[in-house]
Amino acid sequence: MGRVALEHVSKRFDDVTAVDDLTLDIADEEFLVLLGPSGCGKSTALRMIAGLEEPSEGTITIGDRVVNDVEAKDRDIAMVFQSYALYPHMTVRRNIEFPLRSRRIAAEERKHLVDDAAASLGLEDLLDRKPGQLSGGQRQRVALARAIVRRPQAFLMDEPLSNLDAKLRVQTRAELVELQRRLAATVVYVTHDQVEAMTMGHRIAILERGVLQQVGAPQEVYARPANLFVARFIGSPPMNTVTGRVVADGEGLAAELPGGRVPLAAPLAAAVAAANLDAVVVGMRPEDLRLADPAAPTHGVDATVSVIESLGHERHVVCRLDDGQLVIVRQGAHEPVPGEMAGVRLVVDAVHVFDPTSGARVGG
Amino acid sequence: MKQARRRREHALAYGLLAPALVVFALFVFFPLFKNVYLGFFKNPPFPGLPKKYVGFDQYRDVLTSRDFLESLKTTALFALLTVPVGIALGLGLAVVAHQQLKGIGIYRTIFSSTVATSVAVAAVIFGTLLSPQVGLLPWLGLTTEPPILQNTSWALVAVAVTTVWQTLGLTFILMSAGLQSVPDDLLEAARVDGAGAWSRFWHVTLPLMSPTIFFAVVVGTIFAFQTFGQIDLLTQGGPLKKTNVLTYFIYTTLRNQSDPGKAAVLAVALFFFTMLLALAQIRLLERRVSYER
Amino acid sequence: MSGDRVSTRADRRRRVLKTVGRYALLTFLAVVVLFPIYITVVSSLLTPAQISRQPPTFFPTHPKFSSYSDAWSGAHFGTYLKNSFVVTIVITVGQVVTAILAGYAFAFLEFPFKRTLFVVFLATLMVPFEVTIVTNLTTVSDLGMYDSYAGLAVPFLATGFGAFLVRQAFLTLPRDLRDAAALDGYGHWRFMTRVAVPLARPAVAALAVFAFLGAWNQYLWPLLVTKDDRLRTVQIGLRQLSGLALGSPNVVYAGAVIAVVPLVILLLFFQKHLVRGLTSGAVKG
Repeated sequence: MGRVALEHVSKRFDDVTAVDDLTLDIADEEFLVLLGPSGCGKSTALRMIAGLEEPSEGTITIGDRVVNDVEAKDRDIAMVFQSYALYPHMTVRRNIEFPLRSRRIAAEERKHLVDDAAASLGLEDLLDRKPGQLSGGQRQRVALARAIVRRPQAFLMDEPLSNLDAKLRVQTRAELVELQRRLAATVVYVTHDQVEAMTMGHRIAILERGVLQQVGAPQEVYARPANLFVARFIGSPPMNTVTGRVVADGEGLAAELPGGRVPLAAPLAAAVAAANLDAVVVGMRPEDLRLADPAAPTHGVDATVSVIESLGHERHVVCRLDDGQLVIVRQGAHEPVPGEMAGVRLVVDAVHVFDPTSGARVGG
Repeated sequence: MKQARRRREHALAYGLLAPALVVFALFVFFPLFKNVYLGFFKNPPFPGLPKKYVGFDQYRDVLTSRDFLESLKTTALFALLTVPVGIALGLGLAVVAHQQLKGIGIYRTIFSSTVATSVAVAAVIFGTLLSPQVGLLPWLGLTTEPPILQNTSWALVAVAVTTVWQTLGLTFILMSAGLQSVPDDLLEAARVDGAGAWSRFWHVTLPLMSPTIFFAVVVGTIFAFQTFGQIDLLTQGGPLKKTNVLTYFIYTTLRNQSDPGKAAVLAVALFFFTMLLALAQIRLLERRVSYER
Repeated sequence: MSGDRVSTRADRRRRVLKTVGRYALLTFLAVVVLFPIYITVVSSLLTPAQISRQPPTFFPTHPKFSSYSDAWSGAHFGTYLKNSFVVTIVITVGQVVTAILAGYAFAFLEFPFKRTLFVVFLATLMVPFEVTIVTNLTTVSDLGMYDSYAGLAVPFLATGFGAFLVRQAFLTLPRDLRDAAALDGYGHWRFMTRVAVPLARPAVAALAVFAFLGAWNQYLWPLLVTKDDRLRTVQIGLRQLSGLALGSPNVVYAGAVIAVVPLVILLLFFQKHLVRGLTSGAVKG
């Protein structure tokens, strides 16, 4: 039973609150990603699950046991550190074997388990080398082998891919996901890279300054971000957020943005009215925006083309609004020229609305 | 033009090095060579008579004499009594004081406090503590007959205990520094891997501290061979020359026998054996030191 | 669910016990280490009669400070302390200055035989003190420095260790700094005093602490090179005291305390520097 639960867990260091009232329930066999910028508390939360830090408040449960007072070594979890933390004076074999030595396991069986773990990560030929003689990718696999050799209740991973070069990272990402599915293991994975989070996790928990912002499946977090922070953090290039006044628009409401008026769909308008907002932050993902043909009529906003970024497979056009805010648009049929006025056409239903003061999402 | 500037730089460099070099030439290198030379001259038993050049004979005579061999043995024994114990205790204290407990700083200061004691201070303290009249041994029930500092079996041990205590502060600081160099994440990984405190110490901390321990052993032995103050204050080489380490032997030869020739030979022997031991240790132990990471 | 509750309480009890055990061990060790110093301070405040009483007195109920005045004037510890200070400060300043000068030359200047000379500096670390004493005594007498402050200090005005330490510190300064200073019109002297030394302050401080400690605790050399009681250092003073004052152990203890106090004060302020100095030596091996 590999369930991991945090209930109202907080951690304070002197006068800094690293984790603030975090409640999270991770199901057995789930791959949960703790995502957030540096300093958001995700590593601290992970370390509390591991037993390397003590919570100031709250309970931590692993399996069916409350582990607050249980030492790290008795918690039946494995951890992969960002630096891999391999024992430099031991061979790969001894490194992988180390977690088994503290339990009463016969030497014969230990060898068997080590060979198995090494084989599943392609390390059979490296067993007699020392970590100093291995490449970064190989070291990472040794760290993984050491983690899986014990079949713990849960795996904790602290940014394990961040020390790999980009190409290796992509490859290892897929291997990690595959490994998790194969082992049917519970994984709590910490990263600041939203691409990793989106591609690897069953669910993503986003933290900012110690506070949980949203937890949900990648698609949900992408399509319906719960607040401005999540909206801006997930998605590359990031969602455009423009502040505007709420105005009446025929029968309904619209957001008056510099350069144009964006009508709000009926349910959204109702929510905005109910919340009594006179200004909103409108969120539009770049893929929902197109540069309009100047001749054709548009629902949209006028902006000046500023910079065109070509990425090979697509182009991003950065446009400047009247009040200086920037909007990034995936290029449409029209070929833009820097400096010209262009119409940015949007899809009304793909518009997100946020409360400008609290940042919270408005509407469903 | 460049020539002149370069020459000025050379002159400046030599000028900056000159003060130190003068001191070294006068008080280190000159004495070193003169000392070897002095060993060639046998001193007369009565002052006023000239020295006699005897070449290596004096070296041979002194170095094969029973007094010298006994003294060498005593010195080696003393090093054996103080160095391993001192390092083990310093390491033990460092490990115990390395925990994240409240107020650990106070304990660390206490453990390093003997750094403030000199050899003389330690000798005076223990000399009185171990004295049969005013000391503490009777209270502890540890009296010996004759009293410990005059006891041929225990005198060296008593001096060793004094020395270990006096150097404990320095050893503690050194070992603590070495302990710091063990990466935290390795110890955390070991914790998560299920290793208990002793297992973590034996499998992770100790191997990664081997450079520091190696340094402590080599330097500690060199210092042990140069012990003098405690002997002078506690036992004066006795009883029955049981604590007559080489440095003290040199001192008595110089002061009491006024025999600089013999003292010079003994000093050369001390130098030689210290070097020999240090090199032997380096040779034997460096292989087992892991300088990884 | 009740299963949870029980395991937590047992776990918590185990944890508390572990913490208590840790503090107990630490306290026990601290008492053992501190005991000799403690008993020294206590006994320095007792009368000789109280000290020789069995079982020993562990707490002075009527402290007598007379032992300190006895040690200070009667046993001349005031003079000894002054001597120790003078000699130690001279040696410390000497070692620091020569180390800075030499370290600067090795770190920033180019000149023929540079490497040889550096080896020479390091070689001085290999020569043990005993080999030099016989000749140094003669040299010092010939120079008329026997039984004087000069005789106590001059042989120790420079160490290879100091030059090594300072050179290391200077070498860690970025190369650009020297170049920028040169462009700004800084000659060697101004660069050394205004830039290099201030930036190398930790190493210099560590060296100063080391030098002070070493000089203060010297024993064999002061013993050999001074005869006059007015020149004795505090360490040799202790020797005299322990030999003479057979009837007054409390005075001897007071002398020991006097010898230790300046170092305690020094170390309270400079403990950090001592640690840093030791690490740089050990890690290089």
